[in-house]
Amino acid sequence: MAKMIEHGSKVLDVGCGEGDLLLLLESRGIDGRGIELSREGVNRCVSKGLAVVQGDADTDLVNYPDDAFDYVILSQTLQATRQPRVVLENLLRIGRRAIVSFPNFGFWKMRLQLLVGGHMPRTENLPATWYDTPNIHFCTIKDFVQLCGEINVKMERAVALDLYGRPLRLNAPWWFWNMFGEQGVFLLSRAGKTR
Amino acid sequence: MVVNVQSIPSPAIHTEERAHEADHPSSLLATFGVDQPLRLDCGIDLAPFQIAYQTYGELNADCSNAILICHALTLDQHVANVHPVTGKPGWWETLVGPGRPLDIDRYFIICANVIGGCMGSTGPASTNPATGKLWGLDFPMITIPDMVRAQAMLLDRLGIDTLFCVVGGSMGGMQVLQWTAAYPKRVFSALAVACSTRHTAQNIAFHELGRQAVMADPDWRGGRYFEEGTHPHRGLGVARMAAHITYLSDAALHRKFGRRMQDRELPTFSFDADFQVESYLRYQGSSFVERFDANSYLYLTRAMDYFDIAADHKGVLAEAFRDIKTRFCVVSFTSDWLFPTSEARAIVHALNASSARVSFAEIETDRGHDAFLLDVPEFFEISRAFLHSAGVARGLKTGG
Repeated sequence: MAKMIEHGSKVLDVGCGEGDLLLLLESRGIDGRGIELSREGVNRCVSKGLAVVQGDADTDLVNYPDDAFDYVILSQTLQATRQPRVVLENLLRIGRRAIVSFPNFGFWKMRLQLLVGGHMPRTENLPATWYDTPNIHFCTIKDFVQLCGEINVKMERAVALDLYGRPLRLNAPWWFWNMFGEQGVFLLSRAGKTR
Repeated sequence: MVVNVQSIPSPAIHTEERAHEADHPSSLLATFGVDQPLRLDCGIDLAPFQIAYQTYGELNADCSNAILICHALTLDQHVANVHPVTGKPGWWETLVGPGRPLDIDRYFIICANVIGGCMGSTGPASTNPATGKLWGLDFPMITIPDMVRAQAMLLDRLGIDTLFCVVGGSMGGMQVLQWTAAYPKRVFSALAVACSTRHTAQNIAFHELGRQAVMADPDWRGGRYFEEGTHPHRGLGVARMAAHITYLSDAALHRKFGRRMQDRELPTFSFDADFQVESYLRYQGSSFVERFDANSYLYLTRAMDYFDIAADHKGVLAEAFRDIKTRFCVVSFTSDWLFPTSEARAIVHALNASSARVSFAEIETDRGHDAFLLDVPEFFEISRAFLHSAGVARGLKTGG
């Protein structure tokens, strides 16, 4: 994900956890800011000297002005938001580009557990039980692509990742990614604007 | 029924010492003559005037390690040294000292008594050189911007062009924000704790309650109590009791006192201090009047009420911080209902809107507004880390 961002960019990491990505970006000369929901996460980030504020992606993104950032990152958080569509729209208002990553519910292991096991899937990437998980809005890569089409968002790059975050390096059609990609990472920008 | 009303005892000790400190403080003193007036917001030029201040640590060779601490309403410049009147430890010794987050082995720390205060900077308790008597209510009305302007004049006198950081809580936090709004290029980083950009109606209401208590005391004598040999200790004591409740939280009061009785098992069926909380509040009131001047209390609470950063920017707070390069850290406490987290969020939103670099943390504690003065490890961690990363950004050499 960090590789997608040019040196000297201004970045907002929404749902930045304990600031690992922000620290990585900072080491690469990138001006990073963060929002994090959990108080412990925020305090740990601030303790690392990061410019992180406590906030909720669903309600607080509206307070940022248009075009405030070159990139807005939403890493493994989309599926935990209450209004994913609104969040995505805000991301692309605040940032010229958005980088979104999420667990792909269409991954073959998930399908198999439902189909054969008959229970809500639990994988190494998604170990929480159905009653204990913050993830309330799962989607597949196919679902996400469809949503992007609906809100008029351009997909500049799309990468499917395996469990360890390594890209699947194959030239393959969409249904393949939807089946074999454990996570999806998308670089998005606003459609219909010439640069 | 005999009504045994225990009023707040008149402070027999300390009155003389306090009065002495107002003109001849046990501090460093910067005096400004008639040629260097302090231009006040009310239109009056205050000259001559003086600023009493304390410093800790050493200024480095390129004057880049200076931290200004702005004190709160009833505090003063004695941040990390024994108080000359009460003999108590400095009010922020938890935060300021060798090896503390505001490390005096690394930074040069300055704290000045605010204009309008009563511990050595010119205020209503000081002698008016024109009359030879105490200023009293002849003292002009001062504002938070006036306090900051005076501090800037002090820094000019000390040869400090840019502050590494300006730090403060409550009224001190208001000064921090005013510093960044008025002198953005002079402040490299800012730590604003438990504060807001303006008083709400409720805040003003509580301050008015306190002022009315002072002015209703027959011994206030229209502010001329010193000349008439009285002191409005009852009114000021009650004002302090009311204010002190706002500095705590319901949970903390319940935890500390509950409904427990003071030294007895049965109520006395009188107006004695039956409950521990009553006894505690009376003590807070009486110890306060020993060290603080009643008129000064009126002036400083008024200054806080008048403060409103957005007022100069048509009510749009973000405009006050437009293009600012200062690094901010805003801190609030969960149980602070005087300056609740919503106020801190408003500051953060305004800073985000101006693309300023800001960290914001809300710290979980049940100790209310006063938490910023107490031993709260998370607050120390955050302060230390913020200053450290600001230091790295500024290229401060690690000392000590």
